[in-house]
Amino acid sequence: MNLYDIIGPVMVGPSSSHTAGAVRIGYISGKLLDEPVKSAKILLYGSFLATGTGHGTRKALVAGLLGMKPDDTRIPDSLSIAKEQGISIIFGEAQMKEAHPNSAELILQGVSGKTLEIVGESLGGSRINIARIDGIATNFSGDYPTLVVHNLDQPGHVTEVTSMLAHKSVNIATMQLYRNSRGGEAVMVLECDQEIPRDSIKWLEHLEGIQKVTYLSLL
Amino acid sequence: MEMLYHSVRDIVSLSEKYQIPMWQVIMKKDMEERQVTKEETFETMHHMYLSMKQADQEYDKDLVSASKLAGGDGGKIHVYNKAGKNLMGDYASLVMEKAIKMGESNACMKRIVAAPTAGSCGVIPAVFLSYQELFDVAEDKMVEALFLCAGIGEVIAENACIAGASGGCQAEIGSASAMAAAGLAYLQGGDNDMIVNAMTLALKNMLGLTCDPVCGLVEVPCIKRNSAGAVNAVASAQLSLAGIKSAIPADEVIDSMRRIGNDMPKCLKETGEGGLAVTQTAQRLRAYQGLADGEKNTTF
Repeated sequence: MNLYDIIGPVMVGPSSSHTAGAVRIGYISGKLLDEPVKSAKILLYGSFLATGTGHGTRKALVAGLLGMKPDDTRIPDSLSIAKEQGISIIFGEAQMKEAHPNSAELILQGVSGKTLEIVGESLGGSRINIARIDGIATNFSGDYPTLVVHNLDQPGHVTEVTSMLAHKSVNIATMQLYRNSRGGEAVMVLECDQEIPRDSIKWLEHLEGIQKVTYLSLL
Repeated sequence: MEMLYHSVRDIVSLSEKYQIPMWQVIMKKDMEERQVTKEETFETMHHMYLSMKQADQEYDKDLVSASKLAGGDGGKIHVYNKAGKNLMGDYASLVMEKAIKMGESNACMKRIVAAPTAGSCGVIPAVFLSYQELFDVAEDKMVEALFLCAGIGEVIAENACIAGASGGCQAEIGSASAMAAAGLAYLQGGDNDMIVNAMTLALKNMLGLTCDPVCGLVEVPCIKRNSAGAVNAVASAQLSLAGIKSAIPADEVIDSMRRIGNDMPKCLKETGEGGLAVTQTAQRLRAYQGLADGEKNTTF
């Protein structure tokens, strides 16, 4: 925590967790989709569902998806802005077991047809955690450039990714590996200290055994 | 790091050791921690102050919150204050007015500065902006006082907490009130002792406050409690500047706040399961909380 977590952030009210944190979840989800949103199904859970209307949580999530940050004064108007842009938004209740009380599930489709499913948690303050991507558990804050690679659970994919990062002089801050079953689908999440070049991401996407590459750029 | 502190006592000791004001100890620690220049951090803090000013100026008495529980009270207190019927004098009356306005702006999804939280965002701006409006104070001095607030808040966050869910309202409005009292004592020319004592008296007065908001929203009782916290900051600074001392030192009061927060039952820490949140009226209001247009849920 630094001085400007005490005096600050500048944000649209009323709640740092239910409003500012929700904007962050939408913003990071939109960045991960990496193209304009065409349609979004937004499912709320726990306290987000129970008190979301009074806290503007739905408006905040949509604002983030549209690329707004927590201090953007257009947040209260995000639903009509999305409508003007022809984006289809549907809200619902999330069916989750033992999730964090402030959770939202976003099922997104981009203009090119690309899809992405994300579960984001608002932890308090305006800190968030991305807890699930496309059905597999993850754990990252969105504070670093983050690479998410879905691959088949077979030897060598971690080396391919880390060698590429070494080659591009990108330092890894944290790294997590997950899989749904032995030999099944695996996910690696790498938080980095530098941005990863776009062409290196494209290169990864074409490797055999790599199913999907998602990248969070902070630029 | 030279300017490392973990308590109010530490800040005072560093101030004495290096013969610099407390606010400079706090600013220098931030410069060391984030590797920024004096100009950069001063600029950032000034931006926070300007954002508070802007939020205050943009108050709209005609706005109503989504729940319809909040809005318009800032306009009422403004009219009353202007009618010359002030019970509390010009300064404290303006402080009350600005605190209510900021709390309402927050509830109505306007842009505010969390200080230390969104729920308590009215306390420090009310005390500071009213002071600058009524007394002739240079902008830089206001920013210096804001550094002081932030440092006090840091120490409270480290040794107790600043979230209602962790420690109840004492952690939010209480912390904001303590921070504002320290800043105000500095603005009025108080020495280190007076600054620390103002902060201590303010926090002590707020110990035990619970977080039991109606319908789980940052509205009832949060908005009016911003005015209570702000006026308490003014009273505490004035007591301290008059030479009145807290019998319990600052860091021990902060420790007490942590203990009280830990001992406080969960139903009174932002869970909506106790206190004001479970009154008959609150339950009736909860039942009326419909979804706004465009926010309808679809079942899948």
